[in-house]
Amino acid sequence: MSTFAAVVLFVGVVAYAVFGGADYGAGFWDLTAGGAVRGREPRHLVDTTLAPVWEANHVWLIFCLVMLWTGFPATFAAITTTLYVPLGLAALGIVVRGSGFAFRKVVVHTEQQRVTGAAFATSSVITPFFLGTVAGGVASGRVPADGHGDAITSWLNPTSLLGGVLAVLVCAFVAAVFLTAEARRRPVPAAELERRKIADLGTWFRRRAQVSAVATGVVALAGIAILRADSPRLFDGLLSRGLPFVVVSGLCGVGALVLLGRAAPRVLQGLAVTAAGTIVAGWGVAQYPYLLGTHVTIAEGAAPSSTLWALTIIATIALLIVVPSLSLLFVLQQRGRLQH
Amino acid sequence: MVELLAADPEQLLPAREQMAFTLGFHIILVPFGVAFTFLMLIANYRALRHGDETALLLARRWSQVAAVLFAVGAVSGTVLSFELGLLWPGLMGKYGAAFGIPFAIEGLFFFLEAIFVAIYIYGWDRMKPWPHFWSGVPVVLSGVGGTSSVVAANAWMNQPGGFTLRDGKIVDVQPLQVIFNDAFWYEALHMLLAAYMVAGFTVAGVYAVGMLRGRRDRYHRLGLLIPLTVAALVTPVQIFVGDVAAREVFHNEPAKFAAIEALYETGTHVPEELGGYYDGNALHYGISIPSGASILSGYKPSTEIKGLEEVPADVRPTDRAVTIVHLSFDVMVGIGFALLALSAWFGWVYWRKRALPGSNWFYRAVAVSGVAAVVALEAGWVTTEVGRQPWTVVGELLTRDAVTTEGNIWLLYVATLVLYAVVGAATFYVLRLLRRRWRESDAETDVPYGPEASA
Ligand code: HDD
Ligand code: HEM
Ligand code: HEM
Repeated sequence: MSTFAAVVLFVGVVAYAVFGGADYGAGFWDLTAGGAVRGREPRHLVDTTLAPVWEANHVWLIFCLVMLWTGFPATFAAITTTLYVPLGLAALGIVVRGSGFAFRKVVVHTEQQRVTGAAFATSSVITPFFLGTVAGGVASGRVPADGHGDAITSWLNPTSLLGGVLAVLVCAFVAAVFLTAEARRRPVPAAELERRKIADLGTWFRRRAQVSAVATGVVALAGIAILRADSPRLFDGLLSRGLPFVVVSGLCGVGALVLLGRAAPRVLQGLAVTAAGTIVAGWGVAQYPYLLGTHVTIAEGAAPSSTLWALTIIATIALLIVVPSLSLLFVLQQRGRLQH
Repeated sequence: MVELLAADPEQLLPAREQMAFTLGFHIILVPFGVAFTFLMLIANYRALRHGDETALLLARRWSQVAAVLFAVGAVSGTVLSFELGLLWPGLMGKYGAAFGIPFAIEGLFFFLEAIFVAIYIYGWDRMKPWPHFWSGVPVVLSGVGGTSSVVAANAWMNQPGGFTLRDGKIVDVQPLQVIFNDAFWYEALHMLLAAYMVAGFTVAGVYAVGMLRGRRDRYHRLGLLIPLTVAALVTPVQIFVGDVAAREVFHNEPAKFAAIEALYETGTHVPEELGGYYDGNALHYGISIPSGASILSGYKPSTEIKGLEEVPADVRPTDRAVTIVHLSFDVMVGIGFALLALSAWFGWVYWRKRALPGSNWFYRAVAVSGVAAVVALEAGWVTTEVGRQPWTVVGELLTRDAVTTEGNIWLLYVATLVLYAVVGAATFYVLRLLRRRWRESDAETDVPYGPEASA
């Protein structure tokens, strides 16, 4: 029972990492797109692709929080009394990002767009970084069972920093692949490109997808050494039970990189999603059956079974209602039905 | 606002201030996600049914406003979720297994709301008119569901039930009793109606201002008529529900009721006191209506009302808190009746003449009614929340035991204040920008057309 609840929770984490992550990553490319003139086209694409979906993707975070505090209340309290610094910063980052994005769509002056856009883009990088450090703190067992762990070293440590950097990079990679596909769906005529002296957006994002794929790969490889030194238990788990996931993730990442110029957008998106999702899933499997480090198991941390039953029913309803609705949203968006 | 005891954790004061401030901010946006979308659909329906171009223009523009407010509402709500853990680990760690269930249901409705809001807002030009209209309906329904579930959680804190404690740990939960606790129905309904009042009066107020400035065209009349009709219909129902709520509180939460009445000594023939302040176990400078409170709560002057003297001294609310609860209740009720009078004025004239009242005073009143409704909304929450003190979960968990003992909350609070001030100001600015743009486009062309995202 408690394992099932933990799986549901982790499905939420994976969904948020992939879909929410893609939105954060789009902010990363927004931030690095250059000056107002040069960055105009990529930013416009980020705007139009993100606007209809980011709020729905964001709800996965709420889903995770709610599942955690209802299904594993003591663990939730242990995490929040230890990792409150990165969590607080992430919360503020979320406010800046969401409102910055919403405002930028309305304002017209370049000056104002720059301010709101910078708010959106900077916080899109900071927020996943802090959430990544939280994941690292939990994964490396730095949250004591009763909470109140070290306020600083719980998230300023090698595993957490790896988690933060990896989170930002993976987000950027997934986003770049998605945006490459989106750009190819709405091609700009060659004459138009010529006239305005701009590069083809598909190419623009493809290059960035390649760079971020390589960077992610390098950091992931370096990460092996870091984990081995800093959190041997997680390291062992990843290389034993978690190994299939790690391998699939690597293969999909390389696959997406190789096929970037050729494969159909849908295939590329599938590969990127799998690459990112399996990394996170691998973490979960490596950690099983523990919720925190090696000191709290899933069963120990779980709420009474009646609560878990209630959560199961709610999760089932979510599966029946929310998943089709989400699919409808994505289908409408990909068919270009959702635009101003 | 809070008098600290020496034993209280230093985090208590800033945590309370932070919670009150962020919730108070968030709650203003809630009516626009919950009820404004309904107004939008009415306009949309009218447009499709009667080929009404003006209504269509209103619906489209409202959806653009809703997009901005919905985003700010969503992110400010997310902060609240974080805060439940960051500020109140004592509450979540101990009672999360019960208290969390309504929130889990809320998550479901948030999904639906966020999904269909997006389809509706961004589907204007590319979807067929009727399917597009129908995509808005789940938004309104999930607004009802979302409100009910969050308020269920809040109602549970007032009248907790549905769980078994052993050695200070929850060992069994009855989910349905947690959700449908004794305070659920009236609190949820009261909040839902409040959301419709706030959205209705606020939107009507915007167009009333325009009409006072001489723009009395059909666009402004309709923009005022739709929301004001909804608000005027809801107001009398709200007063009825509020009355029911008050009587339930009288029966089930005597300490809160005593604070509302600012009553120290238990007694019969208790007068209803309006205004004043509570100090040294007595209310000063209130306007007294003989036996009023007794008659209102039990329909006869001999009804006995329990006073604060019955509450053990160590869990008795402070004098300050009693004053706050008493005054905010008066403000809420006072505004409720003022808005009822406005609704009656509107209803009477419209019924007799099929037209809006001509007097400028009417438009002035509508112009301020939105702000008044927001004040009533906030006052209502203060009544509920401060009236519960010193408990977070009545009879179960004291606020001082719920609060975190980690970190410097003042830093977080100051950062939040600054950030929210900027976000609030920017929201106003952006909405005014939209209005200015529409006004300019109206001047250029008289043909209504949709909102252009100016990329
Ligand atoms: C479901 C939870 C929930 C909901 C819907 C609300 N609150 Fe609340 N509120 C709490 C959960 C809570 C809490 C976390 O449980 C606090 C902290 C301490 C306490 O007793 O309750 C609290 C405290 C608290 C205080 C501090 C009381 C004091 O210092 O004496 C105020 C003024 C408010 N709230 C105001 C509001 C407002 C304006 C709300 C409407 C938006 C609101 N609350 C809704
Ligand atoms: C402790 C209290 C509360 C918590 C933890 C909380 C949590 C949240 C969260 C996480 C969101 C964002 C969801 C999204 O992405 O759409 C949100 C938005 C919302 N909240 Fe709250 N909330 C609280 C108080 C309230 C209250 C008092 C109400 C009113 C009844 C309310 C009703 C809503 C609704 C209907 C939305 C969605 C509409 C919109 O965003 O405009 N919440 N809340
Ligand atoms: C005029 C008659 C009214 C009466 C008698 C009344 C009564 C009450 C009472 C007794 C409570 C406390 C409930 C509790 O703590 O469990 C309450 C709460 C509240 N009131 Fe009112 N009220 C009235 C009008 C209004 C109006 C006009 C609004 C807003 C537009 C409003 C908004 C609220 C809100 C938001 C709450 C807190 C949450 C809830 O209980 O739903 N009330 N009201």
